[in-house]
Amino acid sequence: MITPVFKSLFLSALLSTIFLYPGSAHAETIKVCQKCSFSSIKKAVQAAHKRDTILIREGTYKEKDIVVDKPITIIGEHFPVVDGEENGQIFLIRSDSVTIRGLQIQNVGNSYVEDWAGIKALHVKHCVIENNKLLNTFFGIYFAKSENCIIRGNEIIGKAKNEIETGNAIHLWYCKKMLIERNKTSGHRDGIYFEFVSDSKIFNNISTKQVRYGMHFMFSHYNEYFHNQFTDNDAGVAVMYSDHIYMHENSFSDNWSPVSNGILLKEITDSRIEKNTFEHNTIGVYAEGCDRIEIRNNNFNKNGWAVKILGNCSDNKFEKNNFTANTFDVVTNSSLSHNLFEQNFWSEYTGYDLDKNGMGDVPYRPVKLFTYIVEQTPASIILLRSLFIDLLNLAEKVTPVITPETLVDKKPLMKEIKW
Amino acid sequence: MFKILKYSFYDVLRSRWTVLYFLFFLVSTFALLYFSGNMSKGIVSLMNVSLTIIPLISTIFGVMHYYNSREFVELLLSQPIKRSDIFIGQYLGLSFSLSLSFVAGTIIPFIAYGIFVSSEVWNFSLLIFTGAILSFIFVGLAFLISILNENKIKGFGIAILMWLCMAVVYDGLILMVFISFNDYPLEKAAVLMVNLNPIDLSRIMILLKLDISALMGYTAAVFNQYFGTTNGMIMSLLSLLGWIVFPVLLFNFFAKRKDF
Repeated sequence: MITPVFKSLFLSALLSTIFLYPGSAHAETIKVCQKCSFSSIKKAVQAAHKRDTILIREGTYKEKDIVVDKPITIIGEHFPVVDGEENGQIFLIRSDSVTIRGLQIQNVGNSYVEDWAGIKALHVKHCVIENNKLLNTFFGIYFAKSENCIIRGNEIIGKAKNEIETGNAIHLWYCKKMLIERNKTSGHRDGIYFEFVSDSKIFNNISTKQVRYGMHFMFSHYNEYFHNQFTDNDAGVAVMYSDHIYMHENSFSDNWSPVSNGILLKEITDSRIEKNTFEHNTIGVYAEGCDRIEIRNNNFNKNGWAVKILGNCSDNKFEKNNFTANTFDVVTNSSLSHNLFEQNFWSEYTGYDLDKNGMGDVPYRPVKLFTYIVEQTPASIILLRSLFIDLLNLAEKVTPVITPETLVDKKPLMKEIKW
Repeated sequence: MFKILKYSFYDVLRSRWTVLYFLFFLVSTFALLYFSGNMSKGIVSLMNVSLTIIPLISTIFGVMHYYNSREFVELLLSQPIKRSDIFIGQYLGLSFSLSLSFVAGTIIPFIAYGIFVSSEVWNFSLLIFTGAILSFIFVGLAFLISILNENKIKGFGIAILMWLCMAVVYDGLILMVFISFNDYPLEKAAVLMVNLNPIDLSRIMILLKLDISALMGYTAAVFNQYFGTTNGMIMSLLSLLGWIVFPVLLFNFFAKRKDF
């Protein structure tokens, strides 16, 4: 008698692993609500078996330190509230294949010793964190040493006031093959923070109003970032010490303060930045120590400085970008440039195209004399738009003496590129 | 005084040059708005134009008007009218009509492009305001220069030189100071130097309001601390008013003592 039951159990377990569907016939659904058999999430998790589903009904649950140490699915109905009462971390995932969906997790509280988080996962694989709301969590979603997990459709809203007293909305450390999709984050230190993360995809996220960076990653190679929006962050987006990054169709806008960049690239190599929009940032792209980056088909519109590229960058290519209505197009601190600017559209270009091949016959020098002066003497920016400066620029344009000889677009386009 | 102001005002307003001045602003503002297609950018371009043109034209107009109306003034002087009434009336009449040409010439295109429903209305008002103030300042300076110089050519030369100094040379001096004292904190000195030149002061006031302040980094922080506060705003307004009041008072002082 026992054998067939065992067999069917085995079969269902097998099926469930095949279809990756934890709530199969023999896995139980445990309901949690005030009047159900479980009124505490923590107790429900302790009582659950592998592949069970815990269904949390609407209500407020004042709980913290819920350790999920088996592969279960936790689903909230109509966003039940899990409140940590400012005193500790809420979910800690220590098992593979855990799904958390549809919860409102709030009030984790600050810690200066530990990285408390709304949902923290350590050493796990195949976890899914989906469609949750995290409010006022110190760190929102925190993964460390994990692989193949999905963070999707979460809304993470913090109340950050300064850099020291807040965590990051999505924080990944030593992870691989992660998928970060459709999350909305605001009010944290960094919106999306990666350190030692590789082979991951980050797309359709919106990161706004962080007190530091909209996105920040370091030592994270072979990642792809696309269709993300980074708006109104205090210092823009910073990416550092990484290679083989592919960023495309992102929008970096309104990062407008004296220390703000659309994107700060520090020691990024062998990467591609394509079809992004940089609009109304103090500095659109700031590059330091970067090699072999291809920056192509981007729109730079109404930035203070569209591109600030330091002398220690080499072999980068700026091709077919649109530079429109920026206060300064390109600035550099060196008189030599080892980067290529070709076939860009510059709205300030005044040359002509006699042979009608769509490219101007006179080379365009995007670095103006005043740009150079401001770089040397920052206070002189108060002369911006004065008649004297216009005259100086004109004189330098006619006979370039000071501005970098090699930083020149030899084939400036006559018309804006549409892509 | 009011009567003389009125006569002088209508006299100038009827002249071909004022109409031309008005038309210049009308056409150039329309063109700027058309080509920039964007209110904020249009305001910046218009600022570039007006900060150069208004002082220049006001200076030339002022000098020309003073020398041309000399016979009329002599006629008036023979009448029982207070001297200060004659001269101040003339000054105000010319300044008002020039400001009116500028204000009307710029405001019509902006209204046509819907300034009142856009968010730039305050920035635009600031531009209009500083433009009008600049007219008053430079007409005053021109009158002062002309009363000190009997010789027309000399007066003209000095007036143009004064414009050149304020519009171009002064900025060059600032730049030289900045470059030679690069190792020192220059922000406070910059605030002071800017306050001493009405053209620079107007430019900075508009630029800071036009959200360009972030470009200026640390300098802007100091500037915003100064211009952003009520005190700073009052100080810069006082500085602009000073540029009107002192030349006119001086002009009045010389006018009273001048032997015609």
